[in-house]
Amino acid sequence: MTAEQDLDSFRAEVRGWLSANCPPEMREPIRSESDVCWGGRNAVFTSPAQKQWLDAMTSRGWTVPDWPKAYGGGGLSPAETKILRQEMAALGCRSPLNSFGISMLGPALLKFGTEEQKLEYLPPIARGEIRWCQGYSEPNAGSDLASLATRAEDRGDHFIVNGQKVWTSYADKADWIFCLVRTSTESKQGGISFVLFDMESSGVSTKPILLISGYSPFCETFFDDVSVPKANVVGEINRGWDVAKYLLGHEREMISGMGLGGERKALGAGVGPIDDPLLRAEIAEFDVDSLAFTAMSEHFIDQLKAGEAHPAMPSMMKYAGTELNKRRHELIMAAGGSDALEWDSERSKGGKAPRDWLRTKANSIEGGTSEIQLNIVAKHILRLPGA
Amino acid sequence: MTILTDEQKQLNEMAKGFLAGEGTVAKQLRHWRDIGCKDGFGHDLWKQFGELGLAGIAVPEAQGGLGLGAVETALVLEEVGRNLTPSPFLTTAVAAVRALDGSALAERWFPGIAAGDTVAALAVDEGRHHAPAATALAAKRSGNGFTLSGAKQFVVHGASADLILVAARTAGAPGETDGITLFAVEKDAEGLAVDNVALADASKAARLRFDDVQVDADAVIGEVDGGWAPLSRALSAGRAGAAAELVGVAAGAADMTNDYLKQRKQFGRLIGEFQALQHRAAHLFSEIEIARAAAWKAAELLDKGDERAELMVSVAKAKAGRAAKLSAQEGVQMHGGIGMTDEHDIGFYMKREAVLGALFGDERFHANRVAQLSGY
Repeated sequence: MTAEQDLDSFRAEVRGWLSANCPPEMREPIRSESDVCWGGRNAVFTSPAQKQWLDAMTSRGWTVPDWPKAYGGGGLSPAETKILRQEMAALGCRSPLNSFGISMLGPALLKFGTEEQKLEYLPPIARGEIRWCQGYSEPNAGSDLASLATRAEDRGDHFIVNGQKVWTSYADKADWIFCLVRTSTESKQGGISFVLFDMESSGVSTKPILLISGYSPFCETFFDDVSVPKANVVGEINRGWDVAKYLLGHEREMISGMGLGGERKALGAGVGPIDDPLLRAEIAEFDVDSLAFTAMSEHFIDQLKAGEAHPAMPSMMKYAGTELNKRRHELIMAAGGSDALEWDSERSKGGKAPRDWLRTKANSIEGGTSEIQLNIVAKHILRLPGA
Repeated sequence: MTILTDEQKQLNEMAKGFLAGEGTVAKQLRHWRDIGCKDGFGHDLWKQFGELGLAGIAVPEAQGGLGLGAVETALVLEEVGRNLTPSPFLTTAVAAVRALDGSALAERWFPGIAAGDTVAALAVDEGRHHAPAATALAAKRSGNGFTLSGAKQFVVHGASADLILVAARTAGAPGETDGITLFAVEKDAEGLAVDNVALADASKAARLRFDDVQVDADAVIGEVDGGWAPLSRALSAGRAGAAAELVGVAAGAADMTNDYLKQRKQFGRLIGEFQALQHRAAHLFSEIEIARAAAWKAAELLDKGDERAELMVSVAKAKAGRAAKLSAQEGVQMHGGIGMTDEHDIGFYMKREAVLGALFGDERFHANRVAQLSGY
């Protein structure tokens, strides 16, 4: 059989397996936060179908199809991974697991982790058993991420960590944290280490932050004499910035994907005639940008897989994707009129439209602001002076 | 696609080398403008397109061409745009060839086109805005053929063309796509009055007046009353091609501007150090990358005959038009006073973007088409 025939038969096999194993409820579009499966030690499944779907995908390693099988992955080639994603999209299958472990920590461990660390942490990530959060941002640091102050004192075989993180996504629901700490004050970026520890460790506490949307996806996180074994350092001590930067690239890829809103169709598709000519024109203009960005996303992913992407391209994608997502929700609000202003009525599904709209305003702040992304493009791609 | 094959990369390199050497503003655009050339382009260069095989890029191999698709065409056109190279490549080698392909007229015209000897033009618009369905120019049956009466404008290379593809109405009413017939009219046809007009970018487009122009029945491309099909093929190829050329215009202007930001000093600093300019340059980079991805996607879908191709062609034309406009205007602004002079090349990008942006439908036409094709 030729390689192409192999892929054709793989596609047929995937389609058959998904049809047989993806429960019908898991083929409905995601409507609310509770539809999303995050896994973890204390995972609450909103339906038996949600758990059944996660178990089925885990059994094949398809929560992380392109990871090696030894680490809980599916061992698929890039072409096979693409086919799996295409077939899932074709059937409308939901992602079985949302996970910072998969999208952020996993790639960093694959690149920088020791074999012991990979074997210890990756399989539980793949199976959705441990939910991770990211301890990067600190009060007063913001976009100047490397100015972080949380310190880790060397006590021989372990560190004692003290300090505070902020904007820690879902810290109150996470089992473990991957965290940047200062192990040396000699240089700004050169004194940072990347450590992993259990959120149940003595001295860790979290407090949710209520946002303008009424949601609390972020927390303040406090460390008070937390003991962290040195074996939990990823990469070299004082070289954590390399790991952090690599991981940020993956975070930006993930966030840039949100510009698609999970949809590949025009925003105006299926709504019928739009009477207001100005609104119609604005939506049409948005759809031009949005559909063009969809093409760019596809191109970008192919570039990544072919190893042809410029390392700073995730910054461009994050910038463009998140600005687009904000525009999308401005238009949804405009089209919805006064209906879209209802905050907690049943008709408005608990104010989904205005809450989602408000939520998107964080897209261009979190994971590096749009201004930071533009700085990175100016410096690393355009090579403008002094940038 | 989205990742180029080795063959496509080679073609791209060849086009890059050829046009950066022979197609420059100094050798072509500025030269022909300054000597007041009636065609607005050089026939020698068009002949070179033929010698390199590029003029026959879309002509089937069996008829002496390279038999390549919209993706390869886009790779050449991006370089044409980058160098602002004036030539009949888009109208002749891309749009006209797609219209003629498979018709009885292909045998007559393809050898000359592939050799870089023949120039073809597309006569579609009758008003000041692109509206192909609004075609009103009348074609009445007469003897063995038809008599054409009416007017066309914005016929790019119309006065230089050996062959003019004319959309005319044989049935129905303006606004309807049925009842349009596409005719191949040869230059010097009796009753055809040609007003050769220089446009803002120093290219030439004609206003044509048809006063009972007699054509034979075998001048019909495709079917009588069914001209929308070959016309649509030509327009799709032309629009996707113009999108790719606009990406080149955008990228050429942006490269020129970024170089300037690295050289020009003000207040004792390179102006490229100023964050206000860095952010605009980075935003522009983002817009151009996205426009290129859209142009490539449109070309890929056209080559596959995918049903989403028409939507993506309009997305690409609108997006690339806006990216080129932004790039040219930011380019002039960031160049400051020198950017306003005729001596500097950056202004040519603004002029070219305006003409190419309007050709085969501007960004509003195509955004509206995106809305229509999406059902709103």
